[in-house]
Amino acid sequence: MDLSLIEFVPLAVLLPFFGAAFAFAFYRNQATQKAITIGTLIITVVLEIVLLTEIWHSGAHAVNLAGWPAPFGITMVIDRFSALMLVVSSIITLAVLLYAVGQGAAEEKNDAGPVSIFYPTYLILVAGVSNAFLAGDLFNLYVGFEIFLTASYVLLTLGGGEARIRAGVTYVVVSILSSMLFLITIGLVYAATGTVNLADIALKVGELDHGVQLLLHVMLLVAFGIKAAVFPLAFWLPDSYPTAPAPVTAVFAGLLTKVGIYAMIRTETLLFPGERINTALMIVAGLTMIVGILGALAQADIKRMLSFTLISHIGYLVFGLALSSIIGMAATIYYVAHHITIQTTLFLVTGLIERRAGTSNVERLGGLARISPVLAILFFIPAMNLAGIPPFSGFVGKLGMMQGGIAENTWITWILVFASVVTSLLTLLAVARIWARGFWRKAEDVEDPERILIQKSLAHARAANKRLLPATMVVPTAALVALSLVFTVAAGPLMNFSRAAAQDMYERTPYLEAVLGEERVDGVREDLKEFTEGYVIDLDTGDDGAEEFAPVRTSLQPDMETDAKGSTSVDEYDDAAGTGQGEED
Amino acid sequence: MTINLTLLLVMGVMFAVGIYLMLERSLTRVLLGIILISNGVNLLLLQTAGRAGISPLVQDGVEAGEYFDPLPQALLLTAIVIAFALVSFMLALIYRSWVLARQDEVTDDEEDRRVAAAVGAYDPEEDAEVSTETSEFIDTVDPSTGTIRAVDPAERNAQSSEPKQRKAGES
Repeated sequence: MDLSLIEFVPLAVLLPFFGAAFAFAFYRNQATQKAITIGTLIITVVLEIVLLTEIWHSGAHAVNLAGWPAPFGITMVIDRFSALMLVVSSIITLAVLLYAVGQGAAEEKNDAGPVSIFYPTYLILVAGVSNAFLAGDLFNLYVGFEIFLTASYVLLTLGGGEARIRAGVTYVVVSILSSMLFLITIGLVYAATGTVNLADIALKVGELDHGVQLLLHVMLLVAFGIKAAVFPLAFWLPDSYPTAPAPVTAVFAGLLTKVGIYAMIRTETLLFPGERINTALMIVAGLTMIVGILGALAQADIKRMLSFTLISHIGYLVFGLALSSIIGMAATIYYVAHHITIQTTLFLVTGLIERRAGTSNVERLGGLARISPVLAILFFIPAMNLAGIPPFSGFVGKLGMMQGGIAENTWITWILVFASVVTSLLTLLAVARIWARGFWRKAEDVEDPERILIQKSLAHARAANKRLLPATMVVPTAALVALSLVFTVAAGPLMNFSRAAAQDMYERTPYLEAVLGEERVDGVREDLKEFTEGYVIDLDTGDDGAEEFAPVRTSLQPDMETDAKGSTSVDEYDDAAGTGQGEED
Repeated sequence: MTINLTLLLVMGVMFAVGIYLMLERSLTRVLLGIILISNGVNLLLLQTAGRAGISPLVQDGVEAGEYFDPLPQALLLTAIVIAFALVSFMLALIYRSWVLARQDEVTDDEEDRRVAAAVGAYDPEEDAEVSTETSEFIDTVDPSTGTIRAVDPAERNAQSSEPKQRKAGES
C-alpha cells in the first residue's frame, strides 16, 4: 500500500487531541503548556496547508479509519470546501491563541484554578471543529459538534462570575437542546435509510417518500440552524457571547456558527439537493439579515453590536446557499472564509479597545484615533470590510451572491438582493457609529468618559499605550487584518477555487466516488448528472471556461456568469488570478 | 421495520415530560428535563435497530436478517456517555450559579433591559421587577419535616414568601 500525504488527514483531529493530553500532563507549568499548545497548532496549520495544496488540484479524498470500507466504518472525507475551512479555522485559532497568550502575559495573571485548563480545552475545541469539518458520517459529525461544544461550555464559563454563569447556562441549555434534535434526526435517518454514512445516505435518500425526505431535511436544517444562529433560532447568541473574555468570544464568533453553516451547506448540497425549500430558506435568510442588523443598531456595547452583526451576516451565507447555483455557492464559500477572519479580528480589536479605554461601551469612548492611531487602523480596516466597502473581500463575496440572485431572477431573489444591499448599508451605519463616537470625537466631548481616556497630554496618553496595548496582543490582531487583506489580493484564485469546490459539491460524484468507490457510483452516475443539470442554473456542459481550476474528474464545467449588466465574465477572473498570483510571488 | 410499542410509548412520555420541565425557569427542573429528553432520544436510537434478533456474531447457516442490528447500540452507547458528561457539567453550573447568585433560576439579561429602557420599549406591566419565589430550597420552613432553616434576614425580606411561613420563620 503506497502511502500518500493525504492519508494523514486524521492527524488534523489527532494532533490537537495529543497536544491537549500533553498540555494537561503539564498542568503545573504554564510556560510548558503554552509552548505545547502553540507548537501543536503550528504543526496542525502546516499539515492542513499541505493538505489544501494536495486537494487543490486532485479534489475529494476519503480515508477509511482502521481500514473498514466506507458504509460500514468511520470515514473522514476531505474535499476542497472542507480543506479550505480547515486551513482558515486553524490559522484563526493560532492567531487567537497568540493573542490570548499575550493577554495572559500582559495581565500577569495565572489561571487561578487548581488545574490550569484553558490551553488544553482550547486545543480540544480545535480538534472538535476539525472533526466536524472532516466527518464523513452523520454520527461522527454529531461527535465533532459535541467535542467542540463541550470545550466551548468550559471556555465560556471558565473562572467566571455571576454574569458569565448566567449567560453560560442559557448557552449550554440551548446547545444541548439542538444536539438532542440532531441526535433525534440521526435516529430517524438511520431508521429510514439504514445508514449514517453521508455518501450512502445521499444515494439512498432519493428512494424515500417525499414527505419523509422533507421531514428529515427540515429537521437537520433546524438542528444546524440553532448552531449557526439563523434568525428565529439566534436568540441565544447575543446573550452569551459578549460575556466571555475577548479571545474566547473571538474564536466562538469566528468558528462555531460557521461549523453550523458548514453542516447546512453539506445538507443542502450532498444529502438533499434540490429546490424544494429554497424559498423558505431565502425568507429566513432575509429576516436573519434585517433583524440581526436592526438589533445591532440598538446596541451601545461594541461586543453586543458585533454579536448582532454576526447574526445578520449569517443571513448572507444562508442566502448564498439557498441560491442553488454555482456562483451563489462559490460566493458563499468565499464569504465564509472571509467572515470567519473578519469577525474574529473585530472581536480581538474590541478586546484591545476594552483594554485601552476600560470599556467597550461607545457612549463612554472617545478620542481613540488620536490616542492610538494603530488601534484606529486595526479597527477601521475590518470594520469597512464587514460593511462590504469595495476594495475589501466582504464586497467581493456579497457581489458574488447578488450576481447569483440576479442571475436567478425570481421575485424572491430580487427581494433578497435588495435586503442584502440594505443590510450592508446598515452595517456601515453601525460600524461608522462606533468609529465616529469611539475614535473620531474628542475625549473631552464625551459626557461620562472613562478616566483613563482623559490624559494631561498626548505624550502621557501615548506612554500609556505601551503598557495597555502590548505588542504580543497587537501583532496577532494585525496579522489577522493582513490575512483579511490577502482575501482581497488573492480574490481571483480563491474565487476560482471556491467555484471548483461549489461545482464538486453540486455535482456530488467526486465526493461519492471518493467515499464509496467508482463502481458503486457508476450505476447512478447518469441520474446524478441529469439531476444536477436539471436544477443548478448555471451549470453548463461542454463549456471551456475556468478549466485551469476545474476538478480533474469533472465532466461539467462552470458557466461564464453574466449578470444583468454583463459586467463579469470568466476572463476577468483569470486576469485577477494572474495578478493575484503575481503579487503573492 | 417492527417497533416495540412499549418502548415507543415510554419514549413519548419521556419527551412530553422532558419538554414540559424544560419550559420551567428553575434550572434544576430544566436539568431534569434534559435528562428525560436525552434518555428519550436514547430509546429512539435503540428502536431504530428494529425487532430483536440473535446476537451479531457470525454463525454458520444463519440468514443475515436474523441477526440483531448492532450499530444503533454503538451509537446509543456514545450518546449515553456524551449526555452523562453534559448533565454533570450542567449540575456543576447550577451549583455554581447557586453559590454565586443564590438562585436557581434563569434570570433576565441586564443589557437587554437597558436597551429596552433606552429605546422606550419598557412596559411597566410586562417588564417591572416582580418579587417572586426564586427557589424551593430557600424556604425558611422545610415543608416535609417542619424544621426551620436559618436564613439571613435581608435575604428573607427579598422574598415574598407566604406570610404564614414568614411568621413561622421569625418565631
